[in-house]
Amino acid sequence: MSTHSVEKFSGVGVSAGRVIGTVRRMPDPISAPADGAPFAPGASVESETARLAEATAAVAAQLKERAVHATGDAQAVLKATALMASDRSLLKSATKLVASGTCAESALWEAADAVATQLAALGGYMAERAGDVLDVRARIVAQLRGVPAPGIPDSDEPFVLVAVDLAPADTATLDPAKVLALVTSDGGPQSHTAIIARSLGLPAIVAASETTALHDADRVYVDGIDGLVVRNPTEVEVAIARTYANREQLPNFDGSGVLADGHRVPLLANVGSGEDAQAAAAAGAEGVGLLRTEFCFLGREKEPSHEEQVAAYGAVFAAFARQKVVVRTLDAGADKPLPFLTDASEPNPALGVRGYRTDTTSPGVLARQLTAISEAAAAHQAEVWTMAPMISTPAEAQDFAALVAEAELPTAGVMIEVPSAALLAERILERCDFVSIGTNDLTQYTMAADRQLGSLAELNDPWQPAVLHMVAATCAGAQGAGAKPVGVCGEAAADPALAVVLVGLGVSTLSMNKRALAPVAAVLRTVDLAAAQDLARLALRAASAEEARALVRAQLPELDRFGL
Amino acid sequence: MAERTAIIGSRVGLHARPAAIFAEAAGELPVEVTIALEGEPAEDALDASSILSLMGLGAEYGTKVVLRAEGEGAEASLEQLVTLLEIDHDSE
Repeated sequence: MSTHSVEKFSGVGVSAGRVIGTVRRMPDPISAPADGAPFAPGASVESETARLAEATAAVAAQLKERAVHATGDAQAVLKATALMASDRSLLKSATKLVASGTCAESALWEAADAVATQLAALGGYMAERAGDVLDVRARIVAQLRGVPAPGIPDSDEPFVLVAVDLAPADTATLDPAKVLALVTSDGGPQSHTAIIARSLGLPAIVAASETTALHDADRVYVDGIDGLVVRNPTEVEVAIARTYANREQLPNFDGSGVLADGHRVPLLANVGSGEDAQAAAAAGAEGVGLLRTEFCFLGREKEPSHEEQVAAYGAVFAAFARQKVVVRTLDAGADKPLPFLTDASEPNPALGVRGYRTDTTSPGVLARQLTAISEAAAAHQAEVWTMAPMISTPAEAQDFAALVAEAELPTAGVMIEVPSAALLAERILERCDFVSIGTNDLTQYTMAADRQLGSLAELNDPWQPAVLHMVAATCAGAQGAGAKPVGVCGEAAADPALAVVLVGLGVSTLSMNKRALAPVAAVLRTVDLAAAQDLARLALRAASAEEARALVRAQLPELDRFGL
Repeated sequence: MAERTAIIGSRVGLHARPAAIFAEAAGELPVEVTIALEGEPAEDALDASSILSLMGLGAEYGTKVVLRAEGEGAEASLEQLVTLLEIDHDSE
């Protein structure tokens, strides 16, 4: 087709970087074979049985081979899935179906389905393993059909991964040494793909709908800064990619976020476990701005015990002695359902009983969590602040602050994710000590745009001036209530240009993925508070996210120096 | 017929990782071993080398299971498997 002509595809750049590489597409998902389909002409029970045995053995061998090269959790998962592929009871039930005249593909599909259904019925952790069985089933059927296995392609050469969207299961096996960049035709800036790309430091573009036309072996230029993919790049793009590769290396974060005029902006980390916290402390984080406590709860059938919770929170506090750790109480619901807390049958979970709201439907879980946080805090030297997610009214803030006080924790705050809370920030901060803005949800709720939907990616952009006005309203409320602290702990804080705007709007601390600490610190150091305030005014006056971003970036030449 | 009862020592139950370790070990033994929840009839026992059967058993921490095997080396084989079941692999 267009072997040599230059073709451009635009999307939303969600992770910085400019590279040239070869395309490998995520294979299409494996379609279900017809129920009980008969043998192909010429096949016999013997030949189908042999085909089945060969295919399961081949898939088991491939997975085992991959396990050898993997480490840690990924290795354990691969080993277990290899065992599932060669599982004797699975093969036995599939072989029985073949003996009754069903072709190998349909037989294996049906046999694995029975296993997955059984596991799903057990609920909780086992129900999640049903997904592993279905993954193994797809691999075996792909092998039988002679088509590429589903999942991230295996390649010796690093490649540009092009997909419709990536699921958490796909990204878990993503090897950052093999993938140069991510390009998806679907997915938004807050999608799983975007978050994983930023945490791995891979250039990424999402919602580039036309990229479905890209094929394996196409040579492409991927610009995660400008949201551009170019097929058959010319010398121009080659030169840009080279310049990017030779960009000035960012200095390591020295552990102190500060503007050019000495104005302090502590840079904190978002963490989800004790291990995470240690890594963040090693990267220089000045504390934790968001401890997601879900890690203790997800995949659980029942509420974790008091002792378990105390140990888990304590592991995080231990990494930040005498530094601030902001603990967010359990944020279940919407995309993070929990069987003992949330109602999966809600028609609109993002607007349903989630976050702090679960305290009304399942009272007790939150109070017990606060008791555990308090006990862990008493055993460590971290300065523990506690906040609730999904607060909509001053009354909720007041009730939460009372629960926190009852648990004998010193500092209570709430997250600002709902526009009503941003607009009433002053009334809220008369009732608690601090607020932290979760820009991902604040954007979703301000723009009424589902953060998982690629087709709404343009709306779901924290640069949307309306979202920035919500931040401004929150900061104004905080001033009115006696200059109380306002943090930001959403993805917006990790965008160095947007970080400058947030500081200009009056945000006092920024919390981010540890990878973003160095770039954000480097850019903050180049502006003084007055300049940041000018840039904030510029962004607030813009009519679109695109305009706001362009106006601000044009005033920050340092972004190009570091290739950000 | 050799028979042994074991108590699941893995805090997370007989889930993927402990099940994988156990199935792999059972598959390498010279005898065929079956596994069943305590109190279930022997004829409903499952293949102990099948990770999917093990997971489908739904054995939680503290659940009692019965291992059975026949033939030469059965006793020693069961002894080895009981030890595996009673360790908490996730505390390693």
